[in-house]
Amino acid sequence: MAYSIKVLDHYENPRNVGSFGKEEEGIATGMVGAPACGDVMKLQIKVGKGGVIEDAKFKTYGCGSAIASSSLVTEWVKGRTIDQALDIKNTQIAEELALPPVKIHCSILAEDAIKAAVADYRKKHGEQVSA
Amino acid sequence: MLKLPIYLDYSATTPVDPRVATKMIPYLVEKFGNPASRSHSFGWEAEAAVEEAREEVARLVNADPKEIVWTSGATESNNLAIKGAAQFYAGKGKHVVTVTTEHKAVLDTCRELERQGFEVSYLDVQNNGLLDLEVFKAALRPDTIVVSVMLVNNEIGVIQPIAEIGEICRARGIIFHVDAAQATGKVEIDLAALKVDLMSFCAHKTYGPKGIGALYVRRKPRVRLTAQMHGGGHERGFRSGTLATHQIVGMGEAFRLARLEMGAEKERIRMLRDRLLKGLSDIDQVFVNGDLEQRVPHNLNISFAYVEGESLLMAIKDLAVSSGSACTSASLEPSYVLRALGREDELAHSSIRFTLGRFTTEEEIDYAIKLLHDKIGRLRELSPLWEMVQEGVDLSTVQWAAH
Repeated sequence: MAYSIKVLDHYENPRNVGSFGKEEEGIATGMVGAPACGDVMKLQIKVGKGGVIEDAKFKTYGCGSAIASSSLVTEWVKGRTIDQALDIKNTQIAEELALPPVKIHCSILAEDAIKAAVADYRKKHGEQVSA
Repeated sequence: MLKLPIYLDYSATTPVDPRVATKMIPYLVEKFGNPASRSHSFGWEAEAAVEEAREEVARLVNADPKEIVWTSGATESNNLAIKGAAQFYAGKGKHVVTVTTEHKAVLDTCRELERQGFEVSYLDVQNNGLLDLEVFKAALRPDTIVVSVMLVNNEIGVIQPIAEIGEICRARGIIFHVDAAQATGKVEIDLAALKVDLMSFCAHKTYGPKGIGALYVRRKPRVRLTAQMHGGGHERGFRSGTLATHQIVGMGEAFRLARLEMGAEKERIRMLRDRLLKGLSDIDQVFVNGDLEQRVPHNLNISFAYVEGESLLMAIKDLAVSSGSACTSASLEPSYVLRALGREDELAHSSIRFTLGRFTTEEEIDYAIKLLHDKIGRLRELSPLWEMVQEGVDLSTVQWAAH
């Protein structure tokens, strides 16, 4: 399989790898996928005042495209409010990374990871109504 | 000097041995005759070369040259053997038995027989990849006419008990076909002793050229086949089509070299394989797929838990290997062979097949060991599964959001 330059770049130099400390303030976690399907993404966001995502970290078990997709979204969500983060669509991720059709599910998983992380934040902070 | 990338995918194909290539070339240029031409020396010369090669193929497996039929490769041999025997003996019954871990060339041929009205039993293997003889016996019926079991598995290298299976089949008058594409030059094959009726071979897994293979068709007791390729009646009607003299010469030379060098080569490769296994065994959570004893020394199929196979392939692109990961296939399904071993899906997704061969060196193995140590560590740092396991989470208890 041939990879795009951007996939290779994110794969070789993944941005924001890691996990936040459990006791840190404003942390929410989205874990999507399943080992049986060959990919699991964990996206964590650190939400500050006004619902702005100040920082993000990820860990991904999956193919190069899955790693690249999650690395990319950690860059994209930073500085956005949680509502704005939900505007990120899998098609944008796929386009940015030039994913081939067989890898589109990686971008869908990355979008799902954002949704899951935001949902986790809202659950913890009771903000379902603020949107 | 180490040359990158390092080829460790000898079960996919092997390079043509330079000695084989040298022997082939004259048959493309000067000695180009059609072996079926009976009226001049060009034809006689080509025919002599074809018959010499046939003898070499027969000698490697202790058969009579008259029992060797040229084909285009193991896929065609499997098609001719299984469809040919099933169709010829259909009057005796319509039941065929094979194994779930066979190559697609056998499985898809059996699927075609099902479309033609045959019934096929696909037997499961044990966790070590080997067929349980009791399970096998229980699957046989009075109307079973053909059994097909491979000698060496292409993904995990395990050696099926074909001597025992042959005895069982012969006692019941069932035609026994063996796909030996991955076996020649790796295990001793003695067709005078084995009760095998049909055996498929190809050249390109044994340092010969691609596009040429053979089918062994037993003469005593005689095995009959319905031809699948019609035309000029070549190969005693079993397989029509002008013989590819240069390819055949290549296969003959490759099999001759295999016969002469197999003993020493096998021990050298076993040493390298053991070196590789030992070098990787200090990595945490590494699992060998398939039985390690009943196995050719050329194959090491390993799962590196919590690291996905395709991302590992990207990380070790200096090594030409293959993976059972779904992502390396179009189907998005992990290897059906590893699943048949009862491996958890994540271990199937995390598997790498290393296959060693004639030109593999100790230096290459050492490079591979070092590279894998570096990259497995890096990918596990990226893996949420690894993190969870380190924290003491039992992954089987996690409610995954499957997609």
